[in-house]
Amino acid sequence: MRKTFVLEDLDCANCAAKIENEIARLEGVTSCSVSFMTQKMVLEAPDDQFDALTAKAKKIIRKLEPDVTMRV
Amino acid sequence: MTGKQKKVLIRILISAAVLLAALFLPLEGLPRLLVYLCGYGVIGWDILWKALRNIVRGQVFDENFLMAAATVGALVLGEYPEAVAVMLFYQIGELFQSYAVSKSRRSISSLMDIRPDSANLLREGQLVQVSPEEVAVGERIVVKPGERIPLDGTVVEGSSSIDTSALTGESLPREAEPGSSIISGCVNLTGLLTVETTREYGESTVARILNLVENSSSKKARAENFITRFARWYTPAVVIAAVLLALIPPLVTGQPFGEWVHRALIFLVISCPCALVISVPLSFFGGIGGASRCGVLVKGANYLEALACTEIVVFDKTGTLTKGSFTVTGIHPSGMEAPELLELTACAESCSTHPISQSIRKAWGRKMDPRRLGQVEELAGYGVRAVVDGRTILAGSEKLMRREGLDCTSPEAGTVVHTAVDGVYAGYLLIEDEPKEDAAGAVARLKESGVRQTVMLTGDNEAAGQRAAGLLGLDRAYAGLLPADKVERTEALLKEKSPGGKLVFVGDGVNDAPVLARADVGVAMGGLGSDAAIEAADVVIMTDEPSKLPVVIRIARKTMRIVRQNIVFALTVKLAVLLLGAMGLAGMWAAVFADVGVSVLAILNAIRALSVDEKAP
Repeated sequence: MRKTFVLEDLDCANCAAKIENEIARLEGVTSCSVSFMTQKMVLEAPDDQFDALTAKAKKIIRKLEPDVTMRV
Repeated sequence: MTGKQKKVLIRILISAAVLLAALFLPLEGLPRLLVYLCGYGVIGWDILWKALRNIVRGQVFDENFLMAAATVGALVLGEYPEAVAVMLFYQIGELFQSYAVSKSRRSISSLMDIRPDSANLLREGQLVQVSPEEVAVGERIVVKPGERIPLDGTVVEGSSSIDTSALTGESLPREAEPGSSIISGCVNLTGLLTVETTREYGESTVARILNLVENSSSKKARAENFITRFARWYTPAVVIAAVLLALIPPLVTGQPFGEWVHRALIFLVISCPCALVISVPLSFFGGIGGASRCGVLVKGANYLEALACTEIVVFDKTGTLTKGSFTVTGIHPSGMEAPELLELTACAESCSTHPISQSIRKAWGRKMDPRRLGQVEELAGYGVRAVVDGRTILAGSEKLMRREGLDCTSPEAGTVVHTAVDGVYAGYLLIEDEPKEDAAGAVARLKESGVRQTVMLTGDNEAAGQRAAGLLGLDRAYAGLLPADKVERTEALLKEKSPGGKLVFVGDGVNDAPVLARADVGVAMGGLGSDAAIEAADVVIMTDEPSKLPVVIRIARKTMRIVRQNIVFALTVKLAVLLLGAMGLAGMWAAVFADVGVSVLAILNAIRALSVDEKAP
């Protein structure tokens, strides 16, 4: 499954890169791409793990950039 | 400016005022410290707070921490003005950055703002305003002047002119009248239109394009990935260097720590890779935005990067370089007048729907009286035998003439329709696919811009192919190719290019999807009509003009130039300041410039990528 999330208030390009790296390293994630300019994240992962991985991604974002809110 | 940005601006002004006051007031000792701390607190409290918060979360090397460490260090060393000024400039830089980024975000999203808000659905004689998703295929909608067309459809009532510029970059409005099909995302300019929808919203042009644009940012360029990888080791490396700089020289030489700690703090200020990390994606984003303003959709920064290194351009012929519609270009009668030959052939072909027959009827330009036509027999693969005005007309290929025992010669190029009347050869019509007006110009401009080879692939016969290639100034042409042969040819050409060069294939998306996929960059033309093209291609030229290709290559090169400038500029300045700082020649002021000033300049440079001069050669 492939889904696009909006990362509201993503203001720092370096943080975007860090978020992308951390999430892409999660086990099970096929690909993750964070675009600083469009403030969007595209997450791709197998269907059965998708919800669990979305939750993990949310946690990572909260850790790296507490000001960013992730929504669908 | 957003509310958040305004608040920062106010803090900057207050802090700057406090700093100025502190510099000129004759204060000593504790009051002096308090005034500076006041200025520092106003501008820096959020950075300190974020730094603390992130350390608790296990994030050490983030820019907040680095700035906090550098300025607190300066305070401890008694360099009060320096501490406040560094924080102040850092915040000014951040503010400018966020302003510039949100501005370019807005200007690009307004560029692609083609999403229709609602549709006026005609239901049981009443107009109801619904969201475009709710309209089914075959329902009727009304589009008022000034409104955006919400769904693809066919006009059933009314006439108007339509502004397609948001999709095609074409400034001339298109006319719409009953029967013409219209595309969602365009703006209805003058008249009221009633439209029967032909696609659901999800399938409509506007939804497909928005989808494509939204996904374009997920494909990153090599330069972008390089920068993020670089940033990952740059910061820790500089911080470690700072620690070593603070400890080793004093321990070895026995000098006081203060001076070396001060130099180390300079390192911390420069250690954020922000300028690079922000300006590179911003440049690509600007380049993609600039291209879409000219009606070219680029599906990812990586394709923009590849386009900049274009070495070989391979064109499909029909529909790409030529109009894909046939025109009679020559009438060569034998034993009768030209108009008579044209008329007889047109009448004989009057029942056929083949594009060639249509072109002959169009050249004749009159309506056929059906009473003139007698028996008609289609000879598949040969032509047609028809009785017109009581005369038996044979019209078709050279093969047909030979089969009937008639002697004829075909010219070298083009498609030919031979005609015989009552068993006597009467001459032939020459039919050609016209090149697009801008095709030759496009090829010439590609050559000027340094493309090494231009190649044409076509399914047409050798003579027609070579003639068209010569006319358009292409280097090479391969004719008589089946779709599978085109892939093979492209693969052979891929081997000819130099290691860094890229092969670009331009097609109209009709049965060349495999080639589009095989080329380094697949460019589809006239994407508005064809779903397959939008799917398979990496770049979609929304208008039907091959001349957009040199334009987008120029945009790509300009973008890459800006990206390279930014990388080199930022690295050089930072490295220079690091060295000077280590030697004690550059102070914290220089360091702030290397961090914030470079970011600002790099962003200003990146914004240039957005502006496109379409006319420049």
